[in-house]
Amino acid sequence: MKELRLMKGNEALAEAAIRAGADAYFGYPITPQSEVIEYLMREDPARRTGMQVLQAESEIAAINMVYGAAACGKKAITSSSSPGISLKMEGISYIAGAELPCVVVNVVRGGPGLGTIQPSQSDYFQAVKGGGHGDYKLIVLAPATVQESVDFVKLAFELAFKYRNPVMILSDGIIGQMMEKVELFEQQPRSTHEYEWATVGKKEGRDSVIVTSLQLQSEEQEKVNLRLQAKYREVEKNEVRFETYECEDAEYLFAAFGSCARITRKAMEMARARGIRVGLIRPQTLYPFPYDDIRRLSEKVKGILTVEMNAGQMIEDVRLAVCGETPVEHFGRFGGMIPSPDEILEALEQKIIGG
Amino acid sequence: MSENNIICHDNLVYDKTRVMTDKVLHYCPGCGHGTAHRILAEAIDELGIQGETIGVAPVGCSVLAYYYFDVDMQEAAHGRAPAVATGIRRVMPEKYVFTYQGDGDLAAIGTAETIHACNRGENILIVFINNGIYGMTGGQMAPTTLPGMKSSTSPRGRDTSTMGNPLKMTELVAQLPGTYFVTRQAVHAPANVRKAKRAIKKALDYQKLNKGTCFVEIVSNCPSGWKMTPTQSNKWMEENMFPFYPLGDIKVPEK
Ligand SMILES: Cc1ncc(C[n+]2csc(CCOP(=O)(O)OP(=O)(O)O)c2C)c(N)n1
Ligand code: SF4
Repeated sequence: MKELRLMKGNEALAEAAIRAGADAYFGYPITPQSEVIEYLMREDPARRTGMQVLQAESEIAAINMVYGAAACGKKAITSSSSPGISLKMEGISYIAGAELPCVVVNVVRGGPGLGTIQPSQSDYFQAVKGGGHGDYKLIVLAPATVQESVDFVKLAFELAFKYRNPVMILSDGIIGQMMEKVELFEQQPRSTHEYEWATVGKKEGRDSVIVTSLQLQSEEQEKVNLRLQAKYREVEKNEVRFETYECEDAEYLFAAFGSCARITRKAMEMARARGIRVGLIRPQTLYPFPYDDIRRLSEKVKGILTVEMNAGQMIEDVRLAVCGETPVEHFGRFGGMIPSPDEILEALEQKIIGG
Repeated sequence: MSENNIICHDNLVYDKTRVMTDKVLHYCPGCGHGTAHRILAEAIDELGIQGETIGVAPVGCSVLAYYYFDVDMQEAAHGRAPAVATGIRRVMPEKYVFTYQGDGDLAAIGTAETIHACNRGENILIVFINNGIYGMTGGQMAPTTLPGMKSSTSPRGRDTSTMGNPLKMTELVAQLPGTYFVTRQAVHAPANVRKAKRAIKKALDYQKLNKGTCFVEIVSNCPSGWKMTPTQSNKWMEENMFPFYPLGDIKVPEK
């Protein structure tokens, strides 16, 4: 049954993992996302659905537990925040290489290094441009609300199994920590299907299943790479998701994702109250990125301002989208600082309208 | 008596287990990995659990172990096999899960994963091949390299004052409440092969009891890394490795 609740972002995401029919969660505590594992341990989903929850000895161990469970065809999920995600990157690369489905949540905090426990969007590059080694892509979903953190867990599992690819939910400390009203989706089944690619025990009459990311022959490795690239092209064709606000008559455009898009929307409303016709595009998938849609929108506007809680990362993709034909500037606060709508409006006036 | 009368089922004294594939092993001549594979495969065969077994291969010379065992297998990142096996066993509690790891994999880069899997008492079998060297990458020093032993990264012999001491992982994990059966074996001579196989078979069979981690170390040779002939390497192993890594059971289930 669908259910309405007031919930903290991290706890809502944990509840969504249970309801999405996850078979296992493996994690390691780190601020600002420890509520995910705390909620799961309290809730004891083994009781409700049989879902296994384990606190690992490190993020490295946790992602490798995910690998093991995912390779059995099970729905496995892990969550962490920036420093922990860096540790997971080795395992994520292996999971991408072995073409296994799984969900990885990053409730981003500011960096580099140990950085700050305050919210940030400074892991955009890490999420969409690789992060680990080798030519691979994560499907990256960027929730802007607690509701989306819930819905994206279900979507993430669907996409992960559809493409046999790791999916990252790139959230941040604001969304993880704030409370909002959410509608929880109905309980989904756990994974009971015996996939032909999964290690479930060798059956009479079939070859044994091998899950690996190793190819010692270059010809074979190139084939793997080509297959991965073909898959990524499919993802790019089918899975681009975004929202636009007030773009019909827009002379200027904001581009922002996640929690920053909500603040930017406020700035957009303030600008419109002053007669500045500005719209907003909010990518919900950061990979695949809405290049074509941004390009289409850019043809009608005089300039684009990306607003990010980082030193300018998504701006590179927006610039790629417009191919130098529309001016694109960046405004950001970082290190855990959150931009105010006033600052954003001022940046629009100075960098785009006056620029 | 003609040849055809001699070659018959009743006279069969040795047969290749069907749990090993027909792929040609890539191991160097005289290397212990091949024998260790065979007894593990035979144990799986004799227990009748081929269809219930999921193995995890390491990074090391045995990285391609999944080509040789005819069971479903996963390839883990360097050192992470116990974590991968944990993930498998937690979602497939009815299956028999084993890892097969070298000393670099298990006792250097994967120390944390090894200790914590054992400490949680994961119901898995860890087979640990200790040849005192990094075979795959060309004979560098391992955490188990003996004091004074030469390798390409300890060319004047392991100097324990700067390079640390050999790590006795097996004694270490035996102390953890999570381990159920811990033993150290060898496969260089027929009597040892038989003993090691019995240990592995017992360890696999214990898994259905869900009583904790079983850990079987096999002290082995690396003729290529040690720069010896296979015969020399076995002699050297008996004279140098066994005194430091004594064979025998270290922790046995309480009766
Ligand atoms: C993260 C990482 N670091 C280093 C390596 C290179 N490497 C491959 S095998 C190996 C050591 C293997 O030695 P051991 O575990 O003792 O197994 P053996 O080859 O002796 O059987 C190393 C360092 C790697 N593959 N991955
Ligand atoms: S390098 Fe050593 S461990 Fe590796 S196959 Fe050769 S002898 Fe065996």
